[in-house]
Amino acid sequence: MSNIVRPYGDTTGDGMVQVSFTLPIPHDKRAEGAAAQLAAKMGLEPAMVVHATQIGASHTFFVVYGKANHLVNLDEVNVVERDYPLLTAKEVNVLVKERMGRKLVVVGACIGTDAHTVGIDAILNIKGFAGEKGLEYYRELKVLNLGAQVAVPDLVNRSIAEKADAVLVSQVVTQRDAHLHNTRELSAAFREALPPDRRPLLIIGGPRFDENMADDLGVDQIFSRGTTPADVASYIAHRLINSKELVA
Amino acid sequence: MTQPPRLPLDNDVIARARRLAAKAGQPVVDLATSHTTVAVERAMLRLAGLSGADPDGIPWVNRLLDAVRSDVGIAHGAALPVYHALLSEGHQDLTLLAHKAAAGAVKFSIPTGDAAKAARQASKTAVAKGLARVDEGRLQRDRMIAEVGDPPQRPWIYLIVATGDIYEDIPQAQAAARAGADVIAVIRSTGQSLLDYVPEGATREGFAGTYATGENFRLMRAALDETSRELGRYVRLCNYASGLCMPEIAALAGMHRLDMMLNDSMYGILFRDINPIRTFVDQRLSRQIHARAGIIINTGEDNYLTTADAVEAAHTVTVSQLLNEFFAHEAGLPDGLLGLGHAFEINPDLTDSFRMELAHALLARQLFPDCPLKWMPPTRHMTGDVFKGNLLDGFFNLAGAMTGQGILLVGMMTEAVVTPWLSDRDIALQNVRYVLNACGGLIEDFQPPPDGFIARRAQQVLGEAVDLLEKIVDDGLLKAIGDGTFGIMKRPADAGRGLDGVEAHADDYYNPAGELLENDEPATPYSGAE
Repeated sequence: MSNIVRPYGDTTGDGMVQVSFTLPIPHDKRAEGAAAQLAAKMGLEPAMVVHATQIGASHTFFVVYGKANHLVNLDEVNVVERDYPLLTAKEVNVLVKERMGRKLVVVGACIGTDAHTVGIDAILNIKGFAGEKGLEYYRELKVLNLGAQVAVPDLVNRSIAEKADAVLVSQVVTQRDAHLHNTRELSAAFREALPPDRRPLLIIGGPRFDENMADDLGVDQIFSRGTTPADVASYIAHRLINSKELVA
Repeated sequence: MTQPPRLPLDNDVIARARRLAAKAGQPVVDLATSHTTVAVERAMLRLAGLSGADPDGIPWVNRLLDAVRSDVGIAHGAALPVYHALLSEGHQDLTLLAHKAAAGAVKFSIPTGDAAKAARQASKTAVAKGLARVDEGRLQRDRMIAEVGDPPQRPWIYLIVATGDIYEDIPQAQAAARAGADVIAVIRSTGQSLLDYVPEGATREGFAGTYATGENFRLMRAALDETSRELGRYVRLCNYASGLCMPEIAALAGMHRLDMMLNDSMYGILFRDINPIRTFVDQRLSRQIHARAGIIINTGEDNYLTTADAVEAAHTVTVSQLLNEFFAHEAGLPDGLLGLGHAFEINPDLTDSFRMELAHALLARQLFPDCPLKWMPPTRHMTGDVFKGNLLDGFFNLAGAMTGQGILLVGMMTEAVVTPWLSDRDIALQNVRYVLNACGGLIEDFQPPPDGFIARRAQQVLGEAVDLLEKIVDDGLLKAIGDGTFGIMKRPADAGRGLDGVEAHADDYYNPAGELLENDEPATPYSGAE
């Protein structure tokens, strides 16, 4: 079987696709011509502008059907696979309940002077982010959100007192690499306070982090822009439950 | 308009549900009337005319109250120490006093005898001026509605704007109104609910929303007045009186003629982990202000269904509506200002999902026949499949038309995908217009058979609501919240954000805002809305 494919409308190989978009111009004949031109530049030829309607005074919405002249080579598809499976809240709950037999404790905070709890709240608050519920929604997780401007020693003490399994720290607004400095301070403080086998999983998140810097910063995992609560919960479940089983 | 009953519900059961809600709610009201919070005291200072912020952006109401708090606490109310200082040291106004207090140059104390009497009188005069502004806003709204008219149809079409920049929001809001929106809601920046101060001035950056500030309120209302005149219908402005500054934002909304405010009795507790007592105390004053201002509140029952299952937890929505109604009536809000919330969130893959949606929506309609119910679109079962999403939104709109909802939040087919594009909003409005045009009056013809599926489902949910209310009365509402009854969140009364800003009243506690709102009749009877 060939590894070259084209889009499918109603006949193999017809290459037909449907797109919709808006141009910032009022609706007239020229606007429809402009839509056809865009479609051609997108590789749709021939293209039919099947619908055009003006929105407000100065925009027009189009629906276009056309034949894509690009080919897709399946041999050249490159995807970065995450190295742990993405689980639903229910699956995480079942894993924790069955394998740990107790609540998994997650402590979260913003450290340093950063008062922006947007990130940590998106991951922890039940309200969640991008339509996904936060970790508070997971029945088998015990979540403590310490909020903003938490001092690192306080975070360490609280994590020890609560027997935290994972510590989540968010850094949103940062100047002069303060997020890196704060994170190094955090990992050093945990290293000093606890032996490696009792140290909670350290997870850092924020839009300015490079996801490849975990080792350099002394933490277990870094999450960047677009991370959802399920990403974080799945990672925690994987590291604390699944992978431990492999070792044992 | 009052909706006639369409379901064979037992009036004794309904009356019993209301009695139970009152019984469950009363201890919370007692708590609210015997405690104060930093936000309540700052709301009083705002009504008394204190505004502006220091060079770091910290509002003067915060600076002044913090100084008072560190000297004498807030158990006596801020009015006594603040006006005693103002009178005895001859400061010209609150702003100058706040400047001096922030510099540590004022020592606050609690006056007694004649000095206390003078402080009470002076603070009452000042707060009455703020309330006069609120009254004037209400009159202005009535005049404007008389001049340009209300939307021709129900439900009102409610659209959200949220760019983060008030100067971007304004043209978007005006465009949305021209495209058919009757209510514009400016979503707040993520996390504003957790700020223990209200930012100052016009703001141009927010996270997934625009900060609620007095100046942003003023700018947007002025722009919508212009658009209302252009369109020949009054376009309402909605914002959020929630979070740690709930009563302050209510005061700012009242003084800047907002028309609608999200104001749920339990949302902040459940979804923002704000302390329950803080929330109930703050909420009572904010609702009193809304009542005075003629602001329609929108409650947040829809949120429970985003976390709990919409079929299993349907009765928790009814229970919360009954509690919200009790708290609202207690704070002086009439039915016409009570936008109780509910939502279209049943899994569309379930058999009879639409029939159950109709049953739940009609149940709310019949329990609260004079309230402008707020009908919220599907979110939980919206996926990246925008085509299916558009169909689901069509059914949501249809259910709204069939069950006589008052305020319809326009669902977006791109929910959970992107913040709505210009074209998404246009397609969503087209969907609403089609349904309202094709069958806007369908409720007149829709009388489900008394022994049919819809009637039986509504009776079942009402029965479950009564059972839950009985349990709440036995256990206490605060304990029920602590146990995770609503939206499956467990929120104990001795935890959560903002608890350190709560104090029990001392014997001589005085708050002129509370006194004026408790005893004064509004300047004019409410004449808008329904």
